[in-house]
Amino acid sequence: MADEKKLAAYICKGCGLGDRLDTPQLMTIAEREGKCQVVKEHDFLCSAEGVAMIRADIESDGVTHVAICACSRRAKVEAFNFNNVAVSRGNLREGVIWSQPDTEERREVTQEMADDYVRMACAEIKAMRVPEPNPNHGSNKRILIVGGGISGMTAALESAKAGYEVLLVEKTGVLGGWAAKLYKRVPDVEPFDGPVDTGIDALIDVVNGNSKISVHLNSTLSRTSGAPGQFSVDISQESGATITENIGAIIQASGSEVFDATKLDNLGYGKSPDVIDQVQLEELAKAANGGAIKRPSDGKEVTSVAFVQCAGQRNPFDDNMLDYCSGHCCNTAMKQAMYFKDANPEVDTNILYHDLRTPGNGEDFYRSAQQKGVTFTKGFVKDVVVNGSLNVNFKDAILDEVTSMEADLVVLATGQVPNSGVDIEAAAAPVEDEKGDEQTVAAKEEGVSVLNLTYRQGKDLPHLSHGFADSHFICFPYESRRTGIYPCGPVRRPMDISQAIEDATGAALKAIQAVENAELGRAAHPRSGDLSFPSFRKEGCTQCKRCTVECPFGAIDEDEERYPQFNEGRCRRCGTCMGACPVRVISFDNYSVETVGSQLKAVDVPDEFEEKPRVLVLACENDAYPALDMAGMNRREYSAFVRVIPVRCLGSVNTIWVSDAMNSGYDAVLLMGCKRGDEYQCHFVKGSEIAHTRMSKIGDTLEQLNLEAERVQTFEIAITDVDRVPQLIDEAVKMVDEIGMSPFKF
Amino acid sequence: MAKEYSFYPGCSSERKASAVNYMTSVESMCKTLDVKLNEIPDWNCCGASIGYAEGGELPRHSLNARNIALSEKNNPGQDIVATCAACWLGTKETHERLSKSDQLLADTKEALKEAGLDMDYKGEVNIRHMVEVLIEDFGYDELGKPVKKPLEGIKIAGYVGCQTNRPFGVDGESFENPKYLDKLVETMGAEPVEKYDQKVTCCGGALAFSEPEKSQNQIKKIIESAYDHGAEMIVTPCPVCQLNVEVYQGMINKKYGTKFKMPVTYYSQLMAVAYGHNAKESGLDGNIVRATQLEEIACK
Amino acid sequence: MSNSNAAMVEKYRNNFLKEVEANVEEGDWVKMCMQCGVCAGSCPLGNAWDHPPQEIFMMIRAGKREDVLTSDSMWMCTSCYNCIVRCPRELPITHIMHGLANYAHRLGIAPKMNPTRRFAKIFWDNVTKTGRANELKLSISLYFMDGIVAGIKQGLEMLPMGLDMLKTKRLDPMCLISHTGIKDTKGLHAMLKKAREIEDKRKGLAS
Repeated sequence: MADEKKLAAYICKGCGLGDRLDTPQLMTIAEREGKCQVVKEHDFLCSAEGVAMIRADIESDGVTHVAICACSRRAKVEAFNFNNVAVSRGNLREGVIWSQPDTEERREVTQEMADDYVRMACAEIKAMRVPEPNPNHGSNKRILIVGGGISGMTAALESAKAGYEVLLVEKTGVLGGWAAKLYKRVPDVEPFDGPVDTGIDALIDVVNGNSKISVHLNSTLSRTSGAPGQFSVDISQESGATITENIGAIIQASGSEVFDATKLDNLGYGKSPDVIDQVQLEELAKAANGGAIKRPSDGKEVTSVAFVQCAGQRNPFDDNMLDYCSGHCCNTAMKQAMYFKDANPEVDTNILYHDLRTPGNGEDFYRSAQQKGVTFTKGFVKDVVVNGSLNVNFKDAILDEVTSMEADLVVLATGQVPNSGVDIEAAAAPVEDEKGDEQTVAAKEEGVSVLNLTYRQGKDLPHLSHGFADSHFICFPYESRRTGIYPCGPVRRPMDISQAIEDATGAALKAIQAVENAELGRAAHPRSGDLSFPSFRKEGCTQCKRCTVECPFGAIDEDEERYPQFNEGRCRRCGTCMGACPVRVISFDNYSVETVGSQLKAVDVPDEFEEKPRVLVLACENDAYPALDMAGMNRREYSAFVRVIPVRCLGSVNTIWVSDAMNSGYDAVLLMGCKRGDEYQCHFVKGSEIAHTRMSKIGDTLEQLNLEAERVQTFEIAITDVDRVPQLIDEAVKMVDEIGMSPFKF
Repeated sequence: MAKEYSFYPGCSSERKASAVNYMTSVESMCKTLDVKLNEIPDWNCCGASIGYAEGGELPRHSLNARNIALSEKNNPGQDIVATCAACWLGTKETHERLSKSDQLLADTKEALKEAGLDMDYKGEVNIRHMVEVLIEDFGYDELGKPVKKPLEGIKIAGYVGCQTNRPFGVDGESFENPKYLDKLVETMGAEPVEKYDQKVTCCGGALAFSEPEKSQNQIKKIIESAYDHGAEMIVTPCPVCQLNVEVYQGMINKKYGTKFKMPVTYYSQLMAVAYGHNAKESGLDGNIVRATQLEEIACK
Repeated sequence: MSNSNAAMVEKYRNNFLKEVEANVEEGDWVKMCMQCGVCAGSCPLGNAWDHPPQEIFMMIRAGKREDVLTSDSMWMCTSCYNCIVRCPRELPITHIMHGLANYAHRLGIAPKMNPTRRFAKIFWDNVTKTGRANELKLSISLYFMDGIVAGIKQGLEMLPMGLDMLKTKRLDPMCLISHTGIKDTKGLHAMLKKAREIEDKRKGLAS
């Protein structure tokens, strides 16, 4: 099929394109330079009639490659959606007529822009192949849930309800997790005014009774390999036996542990049995079962209790403490204070807090706690002194005084520590470091892997921050950096029961998305439905391992001969491997070194005497390119000397494009990607980061060419930078004006 | 047909009391609008905003309950209307509390018995401020109809103050930026100073007597902002606001070296003048800082 | 009065919050404060308060009875109701402040020389005597509350204002001798006496 290419170009005259541009000239270019066998123009290409015209050419005229020269690739996506052909888009509307003033003096350069975009669209299709689904796809749709707490059980049930077979693996001998250890839970129903039954026993019964769910207790994963639709896992059972199962997607609901309160001896923990954490209070409440709660030391009924919030939490100054807020502890403390108040209103209950944070319907719950007479004191606890009695010393932040209160019982709100397995980044890095470090790393890697992945990049999910396994808390929740494996519940971020239930439901949907796409051999997300996948030319590969190391998603392993082994099902199609490859052997059918390289070479670069510089922009299609489109929509003008090529991710930018551009006589190259670093906004997590690192090393290349370093610049662009992007372009043109045109114009 | 209300004038509206000119202008305004005010016979003081300290709860509520009882007895079925912000607030507050607490209602009735009164408390009648009557029972269009002499060209800052505004409010308007005075000013043909940013600042109220310095500091802000936004006159719905903002100008000038000479009028005075009443009928002789622009229109 | 105070101290020993809930107007609401401080930022005389309302609420919860009841703070309330309308928890803050001031005053431990406390007492006596306010007598008693010399000094300072009021017929010198008031003063006094009796009984105050 690849040999039977038939190229077609369609020039739209709608939206004012016909008035502003010489479309007959564009057609000539498509035909003569673009070598398109079919070239047509239309007054209104995205109309039913225009689309039918293209469709007819595909169906009866054998057109396989279509260059639509009209609006941005982000516009009219539905109309220009054709199956089984390769499509490119020449952006004449947002990219040309909307960003250029309609004046006589700019007419010539505007037309030149349009000419180039037609050349580029034709060059791109010429280099494209029609993408076909991944032939190595798996079609197993069974969903494996790791962890039998409230998150895991909810995910299991939601998956089963949607019709999927579920395998639930729980390391302990019972289902229920932390929720089963609670006396009652924070309310999730109106009127949110008191503790309610956890409902966990009923949930366990439903899970056990569901024929689609099979539960393995006392079991762990000793091996996980494969890809979405074709995972294979070894489940080690208590008996010592191991069974192997095939799985489509995995939900990791491995939950959290309680922060180790023995680190809080200044708060009296370990010094008196009457200083406890919130989990221990649940035990006492369970024992009391609605009656008076008795303190551990002597069994005396508690008459006064102090709740110390943020114990060992929200402390960025001490590495032994938690940096973050666990989110549930304020509501939990209020609930626990109500255990006392509901049993006996005379019990003195005092919650010492820094900031009361009551997510969900916690404000109503808070009000109810006040109504019941729970005292809330804003203050900072210095220490808890144990000598016969318990004295809580604190600074009252409202009354601005150091003071003290006596209590029969002190309850510390210690927070959640994610049970996310091995920190693979910490485990991988310091091998070359001093010997002391090696040991700790080894110890870390030993103990507690949850998934035991056979992936080249490590045994567990990469952490996002503070040990939580996710890829982005807000933009892509559940989408860990291992495709087909979705964390939910407190292993993903700190949370309470209500949030965990919602989280589990979301993760179940993600898992379903993954198995359904896998069956069709398509990408799961964020390029959901994308058929293209990376392949490499083995004979050219130097086994340098850059692709296997840099893939942000651990999709590439190594085979026995140390060649890269692409696990297409795990791939997100960002092209970071393609950008990394020094010998340029990695490509996608419709996105390759060639498709971009031929575009930039197709541009007509005027010689230096014409005084028309050319600036190439390689813009990430996720944020920078839309920002440019929006600039056009806002009629924000920018220089006509710029040519923009969208890229899947800045990580896919191969440095050959930059040197090709320089060699072709471009005066500057701007790379526009997403925000990187800790607060990254890169849709492929590491792509922008990696691109910045690569480009920081391009200085040498420029030096060899005897070119100024500022001719190549890299920017972090947000989708909202609608005014900034045109500014950057204009500044680049001005910069060229100052340092002079490139000497490489032939 | 005349609209009838049970009227609670309040102490400051009495003959030769501090807001007597308010009363005069209200009478003229009501004449034009065909409003009949049936004074509650033998009404007593509401306790005002300072009555709480010595009066406590029940005695204070009893004072207001006595007026409500007298109104029920003598002007049955009629809404009680007050012109004074404090009278309105005090009465309305008692009315509301009695409706919420059977205990308080029973206690109040027991006390009222000593004054030979009973209360057939049904909560049917409303306790209303005069501006509520104007806005709700007439509406701005209706109020604009009788205007004979539009107050053209006068820039007026609507100083709403506290107690007609909070906590109950008038006509559901925002507590932070109520517009009803501006709308009334506009209806009378004058120009409202819409950006007047001290329109709901407290004048100090009763504390003008006991904490004069602190209160005068407030009053200074209120007048200064009116000047800053180009006002030639301040209009207010409250006798305490009027008194405090008007009479202390001399002292403030002495103390701060300001040159305040800002007339402070009642909305009813604007309306009386616009409706064609003369200066005396509009109570303009009662203004210490003469409202000369109004006087000129009234004399035309 | 101080007997009342001692009795209350005894009765509520360690629980000032309970005392406030039982005896102070709208005192039930104190526990609902969430310490946001909007009241403090909304008070026109905010700077003059030693303890802004939210701090007073915290002091009540912390059992600082003496500090609260002898404080000048509540007496700075101008009754502007700004705190009430802005409180996100809808506490009737103005009324609570009034209630605390009244309670402290009734116990006899409110600051003796606080001018607002003294004015409030003069005012109440003035209006309840005849049933209506006698503005001239009120001003005069106010100016002379610190004695003759201070009164004359104050009076002189206020003289231009008084003259203004006279000129515009908004003050009647005859009120000094012939203020009329309501007809049924007897009934009114009986009513107020009864009301006070009932209130004292309810709050356990010795009258």
